[in-house]
Amino acid sequence: MMDTAIRATGLGKRYGEHHALKGVDLEVAAGTVLGLLGPNGAGKTTTVRLLATLLEPDQGRAEVAGFDVVRQQRQVRRRIGLAGQYAAVDGLLTGRENLELLGRLLHLGRKGARDRAAELLARFELEDAAGKPAQTYSGGMRRRLDLAAALIGRPAVLFLDEPTTGLDPASRLVLWEMVREQVAQGVTVLLTTQYLEEADFLADRILVIDTGRVIAEGTPDELKRKVGDEWLEVGVGTEAALPQALAVLAPVAAAKPEVDLSGRRITVQLADGIGTIAAAAVALETAGVPVTDFALRRPSLDDVFFQLTGRGAQVGRAPEQAAPQAERAEPEQRDQPEEPAGRNEERVPVAAAAGRTGDQQ
Amino acid sequence: MSDIGAPAGLGTALGDTAALIGRHLRHLRRTPEKVIAITLTPVTMVIVLGYLFASVVTVTGSGEYHDYVMAGVFAQVGLTCVGVAALGVAADLRTGLIDRFRSLPMGRATVLVGHTAADLLTTATATGAVALAGLGVGWRIHKDLGSAALGFVLVLAFAYAMLWLGALIGMVLSNAEAINGISALFLVALSFLSNSFMPLTGLPGWLRAVAEWNPVSLVAGACRELWGNAPAVVGDSLPDRHPVLLAVIVVAGLLAVLIPVDLRIYRTAVTR
Repeated sequence: MMDTAIRATGLGKRYGEHHALKGVDLEVAAGTVLGLLGPNGAGKTTTVRLLATLLEPDQGRAEVAGFDVVRQQRQVRRRIGLAGQYAAVDGLLTGRENLELLGRLLHLGRKGARDRAAELLARFELEDAAGKPAQTYSGGMRRRLDLAAALIGRPAVLFLDEPTTGLDPASRLVLWEMVREQVAQGVTVLLTTQYLEEADFLADRILVIDTGRVIAEGTPDELKRKVGDEWLEVGVGTEAALPQALAVLAPVAAAKPEVDLSGRRITVQLADGIGTIAAAAVALETAGVPVTDFALRRPSLDDVFFQLTGRGAQVGRAPEQAAPQAERAEPEQRDQPEEPAGRNEERVPVAAAAGRTGDQQ
Repeated sequence: MSDIGAPAGLGTALGDTAALIGRHLRHLRRTPEKVIAITLTPVTMVIVLGYLFASVVTVTGSGEYHDYVMAGVFAQVGLTCVGVAALGVAADLRTGLIDRFRSLPMGRATVLVGHTAADLLTTATATGAVALAGLGVGWRIHKDLGSAALGFVLVLAFAYAMLWLGALIGMVLSNAEAINGISALFLVALSFLSNSFMPLTGLPGWLRAVAEWNPVSLVAGACRELWGNAPAVVGDSLPDRHPVLLAVIVVAGLLAVLIPVDLRIYRTAVTR
């Protein structure tokens, strides 16, 4: 087994005048998951299509499972599975027929295809629907069938292009577990996603791309550290108590605390990290400040993403010098979850602070 | 890792194609209305032309109108193949199935061969139904079995070329409405600008030349010749004098051009 399952150097692709990819380097160790993160149009799908031999690069080269994606397409295709954005299953065929057809096309033989289909239908909890046309399946079932279809040939490398887009949170969790199961069995996965939570949950390493270039790379933790350390958020009961709270917190703050007047909320970068929490709590208690909320927050991948790409929920926000005050002015708006399972705040379970505050610099 | 499949050879290619044809036949079983529409449309035409038109149309130098017109209806069956193949290929592109197939270790011709071969089976069924309907309205073949068979081979070969043309259109235009529009245009323009239903004697010179070289005219003319349905009086243009030879050359030429072009487009076809 090779150590590097996917390796690309200087991968570039142009559609007419549009440079979809401008020299992407990436490397995925065998048996690990790389999350490819980026806004729409960043080049995620193009990257997957190039690596899955569906497109040929204009520049650079890539190897998948040890074979060149241009010169050794057939060898690559024997070793990959692809599950795309569209749940590419034949709606008129039943779930079982879909899988058996692919098994035959992968030359497992009639019996081999039948056995493998039965095995996957069982594992993906599709046995009850196996005899029904796939067009009658729910979204989650179609995605599961699609993933099963990608796994028919026991691929060494699995490409998942936004595998859970449009799924409800429960179906998404089920699919995640199924992907994890494959990884546990040694499959290498390249996953594109717009859901930061998905990347956080599944990926060992993350590559952030934007407008065809890699703009950041690392483990989820490394990327979060790039954005900043933990910070303390204190909610105060009355506006009148804010100055008092500020005074009390000043000694433990590493930098000048930021105040959100309308939200009656103070954000403090702690001088001594987590060690200062107790001191801050005691100081507030002693001073009799009416505390409604007390939470330690760490940057989420959302914060990383917004900072790196300069794109996010806030309109007109510059990537580097986001103004904290201005941003804090409308916390309610920011607090709207974008999609049901898309929040990934890591917080010490002190209180239920809500809201995404993205810019601890 | 398990070893998937032997090196590609003719055997595996045929096996892959058979599996894909099986897929399309399942589709037909599940959408019988499609087969019925493909079959009944030309059968209806035979009845309309054979009874309704035959009573008012006389082709100079020809016996019965239904003898003249049947070759034209068979050529029309071939023309309708354009839309059938285009819609099928476009649907597979739209749903991402073509992407999945392309990510498999198959020969690059396999998917399109599977599509066109399965559609050809449907076309053959329709052709058989048209032949039966024709016999019912009084059409007869006046030549030997060999040349009669050659006529049907020519009809199916033409249909096969039209299926590859349809597949090409399906890959280029993925939109079903656009495909329906284009294939309707094809059907009307090519069948009425041909000798399918009427000899071309009434057309002005330049238009007549265009219509005479229309592959539909060539195929219909060749079939009339092969089936003994040709009018006694024929023109002296090249297509009039050598319909069979020219039809064979043109159909072979269409296949020789369309198949490589299709395969080339298929290689870069992307989901839109």
